[in-house]
Order: sequence, then C-alpha cells, then structure tokens
Amino acid sequence: MPAGLSSPPRREKPAEGPPAQGAAHLMLGPGKRYWKDRIIRGLLFLAAASSVVVTTGIVAILLAESMVFFRQAPLWEFLTGTNWAPRNGHFGILPLVSGTLVTTAVALAVALPVGTIIAIYLSEYAPFALREIIKPVLELLSAVPTVIYGYFALLFVTPQLQKIFPNLQTFSMLSAGIVMGIMIIPYVSSLSEDAMRAVPMLLREGAYALGANKMITSIKVVYPAALSGIGAAYILGISRAIGETMIVSIAAGTGPRLTWNPAEPAATITAYIVQVCQGDLPHGSVGYQSIFAAGLTLFLMTLGFNILGHILRKRFREAY
Amino acid sequence: MKPTEKNHPPQIDTARLIARRKRQDLVFNILGVVCMLIGVVTLGALLFDLAADGLSLVNWQFLTSYPSRRAASAGVLSAWVGSLLLMLVTVSLAVPLGVAAGVYLEEYARKNWLTTVIEINIANLAGVPSIIYGLMALGVLVYQFHLGETLLVGGITLALLILPIVIVATREALRAIPNGIREAAYALGATRWQVVKDHLIPYSAGGIATGTIIAMSRAIGETAPLALIGALTFVAFLPPAPVQSRFPFVNFKWLNSDFTALPIQMFNWVSRPGADFQHNAAAAGLVLIIMTLSLNAAAIAIRYRLRKRIKW
Repeated sequence: MPAGLSSPPRREKPAEGPPAQGAAHLMLGPGKRYWKDRIIRGLLFLAAASSVVVTTGIVAILLAESMVFFRQAPLWEFLTGTNWAPRNGHFGILPLVSGTLVTTAVALAVALPVGTIIAIYLSEYAPFALREIIKPVLELLSAVPTVIYGYFALLFVTPQLQKIFPNLQTFSMLSAGIVMGIMIIPYVSSLSEDAMRAVPMLLREGAYALGANKMITSIKVVYPAALSGIGAAYILGISRAIGETMIVSIAAGTGPRLTWNPAEPAATITAYIVQVCQGDLPHGSVGYQSIFAAGLTLFLMTLGFNILGHILRKRFREAY
Repeated sequence: MKPTEKNHPPQIDTARLIARRKRQDLVFNILGVVCMLIGVVTLGALLFDLAADGLSLVNWQFLTSYPSRRAASAGVLSAWVGSLLLMLVTVSLAVPLGVAAGVYLEEYARKNWLTTVIEINIANLAGVPSIIYGLMALGVLVYQFHLGETLLVGGITLALLILPIVIVATREALRAIPNGIREAAYALGATRWQVVKDHLIPYSAGGIATGTIIAMSRAIGETAPLALIGALTFVAFLPPAPVQSRFPFVNFKWLNSDFTALPIQMFNWVSRPGADFQHNAAAAGLVLIIMTLSLNAAAIAIRYRLRKRIKW
C-alpha cells in the first residue's frame, strides 16, 4: 500500500474514512456472530421458560378437572364431609386428609429428632473422616426406591411391630409412617447440617469462652442461630412426607377412614389416587375427576409448605 | 442474693460442674452415634431382608422370563428392558433441556422479574410430589394430546420430574467455575456462546454428570407417576428394538409401545397375597436396588475424582 506509506502516521485517519476491507469483520455491532449469539440465547431462554409451562400444565389440569368435579360435589361437603366414596356420591375428603396427617406425623416423630441429632453430631462433634463416610451412606437412605421401602414396611417392619403390639393389623399407618420417617432423615439432617455449619465460628468460640461445653454450645447457640435453615429442612421433610406415595399405598391400607389412631389402617390422599388408578378408570367419570380434586388438595398442601420453606431458606442465607 | 451461695467454696462447684459437663458431652456423643446407627442399621436391615427373601430367585432365568401367572416361572425381562428404555427417553430429554435452562439462568439471565419467576418456579417444581406429575401426564399427555400410555409418555413424565435436579446441578457446577476463566475467554474475543460451549460446559461436565446420574437413580425407582399413566403390570412382550440392521438403523416405533418397568412390576407383586409372589417382589426389588446403588456409586466416584483433579 504505497498511498498508506506516504501519508503521515496518523492513527485516527482510517476510522474517519470508509473502513478498509480487512477491517469489516472486526467491526462491533450486528454481525453474524452477534445474531448467532442472540438466537442461541433465545433457545436457552425457551428451555428455562419450559419449566413455567410444566407448572402451568400442572395447575391447569388440576383446576380444570377439579372444576368439573366440584359441579357434582359441593365444596362445603368436600371440606367437611367425613365420608369419602366419590363413586357412590360421598365427597368428604377429611378421611384422606386425616390419613395423610397421621402418617406424616408419625414420620416426623421419627425423622425430626433423629435427623436433628445427626445434624448436630455431624456438624459439631464428628471427626472429618467419619463425616465424609457417613454422609453418603445416610444419603443412600433417600436414594432407595420408595416401592422397596413399601415392601420393607409391609413385610419386615409390620411383623416386627406385631411382636411388640400383638393387636397391630397387617396394614397400619404406624409402620408406614416409621419407614417414611427413616426415608426422610437425610432430607432433614443434610440441610440442617449445612445451616449449622454456616454459623460463624465466632459464636461458638464465644460460648466456649463462657465455659460452655459442646452440647450447650450446640443446643443453646448453634441450633438457634441456624434455626431458619433448620426450619427449612423440617419443612422439606414435611412436604416429602405428605407427598410420599408408594410406602403408604403398600403398607398403610387403601380404605379411606377417618381416624387419628396410627395403629389403624387408613388411606392417604396419595394412596387413594394410586389405588383408583389401579382399577378401571374411564376418562370423564366421577372417579377420574375425584383423583384430580384429591391431587389439587395435595398440591395446595405441599405448595404451602414449600413457600414457607423458601421464605425460611432465604432468611437463613441472608443471616450472616 | 442468698448469702449461703456466696459462702460456698468455689472449687468444689467447679470440679463438679466440669464433671457434669463432660458427662453431658459424652451422653450426647453416644446419642449422636445411636441416631446415625438407626439410619445405617435400617439400611442394612432393608438390604438384608431383600436379599434373604429374593436372592435365591435372582438368576438368569428370572432376568430372561416374562411375568407369569405362576410365581415360580415369572421373570422381569419386560420390566428391566422397559426401565432401561424409559431411562433412555428420560435422559435424552432431561439433560439437554436441563443443561440449557441451567446455562441460561446462570450465564445469560439478567436480574429481572421474569428470571425471578423462573427461579421460584423451578424451586417449587422440585418440591411437587411425583404423583402430581403423574396426574399431569395422565390429564394432559394421555387424554389431551392422545399420546397413549406409552414409553414416550412415561419418559416425558420422568424427564419433567428430574428436570429441576438437572437444572440445579448444572447451575452449581457452573457457579464453581472461577470468573477468571470467563474473563480470559472474553478477553480473547469469544462471544458468550463460545465461552459457554468451549469452556464452561466442558469444565462443568463432571458436575452435571454427577447430578444427572443422581437424578436417574431417582427416576428409575419412581413408581407412582408410572402407575398413574397406566404402565401395564402384565407385559409379555418387548418393545420393538430401537436399532435395526437395515437403513436408517434406528427406528422409533418402540416409543409408542406399551410398557412396564421394574418398580411397577415389583408393586404389582407386593400387592398380591401369598408368599410366592412376595419372593418375586423381593427379587425384583433386589435387581432395582442394585441398579440404583450402582448409579449412586458411579456418582460418588465421579464426584471424588473431580474433587481430586480440579484445582482452580
């Protein structure tokens, strides 16, 4: 380029004139690269937004089928009736709700104390090596398929319990609840431990300086400081227990029954849904719509707990 | 202020106090070990119980026979093949979708209300009971879209179920990559997509794989959603093979096939009266739990190797 050589070395000049051919692809702004990036960004956004479509689908189908159901079943009877046999015109959901609450309560009576103590032990007491081994082993408890837990509850735990309580029936909410509690231990312990380990060392050292031992420090300092995280863990456990299906379908019985006695058999909301689906279920029948109404009840119960857990978790993250 | 307390010799008090505190600690230590043992022993009892009831049945004949009316000649061939094909559908849907969504939320999304909605939504989806996914699949996929009670519908249902797990795993893996890597790539003129494709995805592949395998181990044991969409319990045939010898070598007819799966087969056998079928259930459970545990072991192994290898 002889012309370029003759002109004085002014750097601004090429930018003022028309761009040289070689420089065109270096220009910023809408080029091929830019549009490719935009398109990919759009596709990735669609993937993320698809999760909203799933939620919409769930809510829409639950509401739509429940609306049809509530045309036959008065809402008041649904909420307060004590007899659930939708195909015979009895629409009170309370027996299913009581079954769900009792099994959940039994499960929590097992999982909350055991899970909390494990969390305190792993976070405050256990040596590093033990923690590294025991955590994956405990997490296997939540990895075991629930249908296997159902088998275990029905054919191992119930016979063992019958040795202690001879009057216990083959199907009982007690054994289903206990096994469910064992299953949710890792949900409780893992998140609780994370919350307790997030408590700053300074708080513990303060307690030790005042002469507290590890137990007092754990219970009076670390536990309260991590309470919102631990609360979130508890709520996750509750929500799992409410939605758990196979253990209760197999071991807790399938007849709706309004009772608060854990030693009796009773169907939960989830067990009812599975049991109805096992048989002949024509699309559009009352039975078909009733499982969506039951599902909506279940969805609202877990949604409430999930939202509460979300709020608690957010608070625990912001605490320190 | 009681004068007696003041006059009390302090040394005795302290010694007793220290002894009591040490005792407390010891008691709590034992309590912690006992609670952990509750979990570990239960797991052991469960495995032992399954093995005691079912181990003698797990043999070649059990793995290569169809279910049958007679417990002695029943097997799990259609069940384990169904489970494997289901996993194939599930993973090939959930991984691309989940990774894409995770990449978007972690690398692209601006902080605005739309992103917040998506994030809350995913957190909430993770807490929805699996049976609700089954209801959704039954109402929407089976009856609205008329897809039938097929492997495809089963796979889609399980894919949606594990989607939140894959998304969260992807985001955590991406978050662990130091920003210096991104900045170095940008400094060399890479576009955002080039950074993602050439750097972030390869570096986070291990974390994503771990999360996906954990999600698979959950999906393979899921029973309730499959029971809802009407996975059959008596399937005495195999779906058409996905590969064939003639061009184009793959066919997708198997997607529209009826199916059963291991947990469904086990559920069916558990629900039957009589000890014979319950032994079959134990054997099916044993096959299922071996699959689940080996998936988990693979995930732990990958995580362990990653932790040793990667030093940012």
